[in-house]
Amino acid sequence: MHQYYKKYVPYLFLLPAAVVLMVFFFIPFFQTIVLSFQDYNTSIYNPTWVGLDNYFKLFKSPIFYKVLWNTFLYLFLAVPILAIIPLILAIFLNNKIRCLNLYKILIYLPVIVSIVVAAIAFKWLYAQQGILNYFVELFGYEPIGWLTDTNFALISVVIVTIWKGIGYYMMIYLAGLMGVPKELYEACDIDGASGIKKHLTVTIPHIMPTIALVSTISAISAMKVFAEIYVMTKGGPLNSSKTIVYYIYERAFENLDLGYASAMAVILLIIVMIFSLINIMCFERNKYQI
Amino acid sequence: MKNLFKKFGIHSILIFTSLLSIFPFIWLISTSLKGNTENIFAYPPTIIPSEFTLSNYIGVWHKVDFVAYFMNSMIVAGATVFLNLLLSALAAYPLARMEFAGKKFSFFAVLATIMIPFQAIMLPVYLITLKLNMVDSVNNFMGYLGLILPFAVNAFGIFLMRQAFLTIPKEMEEAAIVDGCNIVQMFFKVLLPMVKPSLAVLAIFTFIGSWGEFLWPSIVLTKESMYTLPVGVNNLQGMFSSNWRFIAAGSILSTVPIVVFFLFMQKYFISGENEGAVKG
Repeated sequence: MHQYYKKYVPYLFLLPAAVVLMVFFFIPFFQTIVLSFQDYNTSIYNPTWVGLDNYFKLFKSPIFYKVLWNTFLYLFLAVPILAIIPLILAIFLNNKIRCLNLYKILIYLPVIVSIVVAAIAFKWLYAQQGILNYFVELFGYEPIGWLTDTNFALISVVIVTIWKGIGYYMMIYLAGLMGVPKELYEACDIDGASGIKKHLTVTIPHIMPTIALVSTISAISAMKVFAEIYVMTKGGPLNSSKTIVYYIYERAFENLDLGYASAMAVILLIIVMIFSLINIMCFERNKYQI
Repeated sequence: MKNLFKKFGIHSILIFTSLLSIFPFIWLISTSLKGNTENIFAYPPTIIPSEFTLSNYIGVWHKVDFVAYFMNSMIVAGATVFLNLLLSALAAYPLARMEFAGKKFSFFAVLATIMIPFQAIMLPVYLITLKLNMVDSVNNFMGYLGLILPFAVNAFGIFLMRQAFLTIPKEMEEAAIVDGCNIVQMFFKVLLPMVKPSLAVLAIFTFIGSWGEFLWPSIVLTKESMYTLPVGVNNLQGMFSSNWRFIAAGSILSTVPIVVFFLFMQKYFISGENEGAVKG
């Protein structure tokens, strides 16, 4: 095809997006790194260059390790459940059964509702004299301080994330299941394989890439969790539910400790970059091929 | 017989999961409909209010400007969707179809932004937004700009649209050129209509994302009249500290619009055609 556009046209098409990505992604990205080498504690207007001091402070701070531990605990609690339960539901919903769409709508509903409303709804379930503790007492246990007990706060918040994510990952699995060749199931039927065996030998191997995709996506979003914690616990009690983004927010916007907060943001950047690279290189390669 | 048993098992699990999915809302609705004299902490709990009333809804409606929150959310989500569609499609087209110096570089630059989580760079984004005067303390319009522009385009949208343009046969463009279209006419009149399904998917998922966004507006907003719904709903907790009837009623009120939207657009969410819209 002959050149139907002038040489500068591609750049004009790219320009608006490039400006936005430049101003709100790339410049802030580099500025985060620069800020992490500065100290704003003495004056917010005259930062001093302190080299790696913020990082040393970070690595010496017990709260930092606590926050990192909480974040990874969050990840290890949420990711396996979000990789498995939605898969089982998707396998059930991949049949021609009655009320198929109704089930999908109801299970997907938590996904579209604002996380703030979801967190408030759960806060109400978790109330000291709330409905969950009614059942706890019914079984003869002491009421649980779901959001006020250091042993429970993080788990209670993870439950909200899981509850809100199930429908989302279920739909990703359903899309993945559509790619499994139907003939393989028919072959299984001829061999007389049972339902569970059928899924273990055909379904699971075929959607391994989707399982990996769901795992990395949910791991990345676990690293970024914020709203649930802000609305429900503010990181408490005693930092027991404080995760990395909440700590960055607190340090940056409440304590105005910009350098320290940025050093932590750099740590977060590194972790998320590793996960994203795994995701892009291994599981979504075809989508990002030039 | 065995089949019947299996069917029963599957349906029980699905019914159980569906109930778990909606129970927190049911309990919130139940609380919001209970009158002042009914104990909302009663053991055993009652789902159906014994003294059914809408007074909590009326009360919270008069105290909180839901219409303003709703309008703010509409303006922000609407503009965010519009800009995402336009900027993603514009940027995606040359990346899919044109040859130019720096194409590879542009491609990887866009790809790199996928790896940069907003949460890690929000502080400089805030400083830049302040510097550009895009905050509600200047005026409402600048406040809206500050809420919208940082999310005006992202890599997911660009790649989604790029995939869509890649599927259009090259002959379409040639035919348009032969018919005397210039590049701008061809893009808006021939190509964009052909990628409508992808635009719809991008629009709907951008809308849901923008509508539910909480972190950014809670950082930049200073005036209550500029609150979007999530920020306003979170604020209910402070306003009505332990009045759970009001908090519940307000939360449910704020959720009605998005649920209606979801039910109308359900085929986009639950048909499995949105594979390309997976976000990290």
